[in-house]
Amino acid sequence: MRFLVFLLAVVAAPGFAQDARKEIQRYQQMIAEGSPAELFELEGETLWKKPQGPNNVSLERCDLGQGPGVLKGAYARLPRYFKDADRVMDLETRLLYCMTTLQGRSREEATRRVFGNDDRPSEMESLSAYIAAQSRGIPMAPGNTHPKEKEAYELGRKLFFHRAGPWDFSCASCHGEENKRIRMQELPMLAQPKYARPVVATWPAYRVSNSQFKTIQWRMNDCYRQMRMPEPVFASEATVALIQFLTVNGKGEPYRGPGTKR
Amino acid sequence: MKRFFVLLMLAIAGNARSGSDSVEVEAVLKRDFRPRGQATMDRVPQDGLQRLCTESDNKPPPALARQLEADQMKTIVYPQGSLLGDWKNGERLAQGGRGLTWSDRAGGPNDGSCYNCHQISPQESSYGTIGPSLLGFGKKRGNGAEAQRYVYGKIYNSKAYNACSQMPRLGHSGTLSAEQIKDLVALLLDPASPVNR
Repeated sequence: MRFLVFLLAVVAAPGFAQDARKEIQRYQQMIAEGSPAELFELEGETLWKKPQGPNNVSLERCDLGQGPGVLKGAYARLPRYFKDADRVMDLETRLLYCMTTLQGRSREEATRRVFGNDDRPSEMESLSAYIAAQSRGIPMAPGNTHPKEKEAYELGRKLFFHRAGPWDFSCASCHGEENKRIRMQELPMLAQPKYARPVVATWPAYRVSNSQFKTIQWRMNDCYRQMRMPEPVFASEATVALIQFLTVNGKGEPYRGPGTKR
Repeated sequence: MKRFFVLLMLAIAGNARSGSDSVEVEAVLKRDFRPRGQATMDRVPQDGLQRLCTESDNKPPPALARQLEADQMKTIVYPQGSLLGDWKNGERLAQGGRGLTWSDRAGGPNDGSCYNCHQISPQESSYGTIGPSLLGFGKKRGNGAEAQRYVYGKIYNSKAYNACSQMPRLGHSGTLSAEQIKDLVALLLDPASPVNR
């Protein structure tokens, strides 16, 4: 509750834009002992253990790469190649795989509401918070040796620089140069490890500006929206390839999320 | 046109690997993306300029860049009469960011999204830095017929002046109307605009 009151104070304050960065830092200090992300982590734990779908089983036997049910450090080693699915998967793609295989849910049902709103977070968001939190302090080490992992990285790189759509944008239009901003928002140059590292170490994240928990799949989705492009399919190869590109560029940074962002 | 075609072929032949990259990426986009709202799938295929800019890492050979710019210049449609509109409406358009996303209403009204990338009026301190600062633009560049024609053209189709510019082609893409572009010309050039006071 304290953070909500503070949030209102920040939004109401004059000169919000100029002071936004300083204010967010202050906010981050204030909530150091009780991050709003923790609420999503708790909800995620409940959902992880809740029997669902036609098979009426929980996700507790889901293998995120470190063995069935092993969550410690699993997020820090994603994306990676999964032999059972014969493809590279990020966390959300793998969760969807477990929902359809273990729980027997249809892809359509499981992806009906992957991104939540401020009234109600999505299942995927809460699960992401819960699982990512169990990689805190562990260096990000996505798979990057299997031919399909290398292939995904290459595809991600090509997508990143590919210009299309009515406004001629690529990812690099905003994230291709050092020290640029949109309005007051600083833009990380994501092909450079120096800038990619703090980014991949802090997603998924709680967004102060709209009180929502956001995942990396959402980040890809909303960038394409702003690029004036059609919508990328959730957990598609294109989205995973971009996440692979970003995460490999940012590898080595100890994970310190789920954090808070502007 | 013939010369352009020859240059195009040369560019593609000289950079065959990245040429196939664009084809590969386009196929992936067609497979993995879906239409939503006004963002339909006809937005996926690259036009010739987008392809050449992607393939040359936004640095086409100078002769090719000049030819691309000349071709883009031909797309610019100048309205009759004065190009100086209403700077106050120009400021509103520069502030707004609506237009062409799947969450925007089809058919507009659209804005210019100008402050996302440019410093413009001194009163607005929340501005982006992807494009150059336009503070004092009219004072520095003059506001006569030539300057008006340049600014109108640059907003209508930025690629006519810099082939691989990161600035959208706001008139050519149908984002802004002639009247709206004239209002933005006034924002930059009108002596009464805060940009020049």
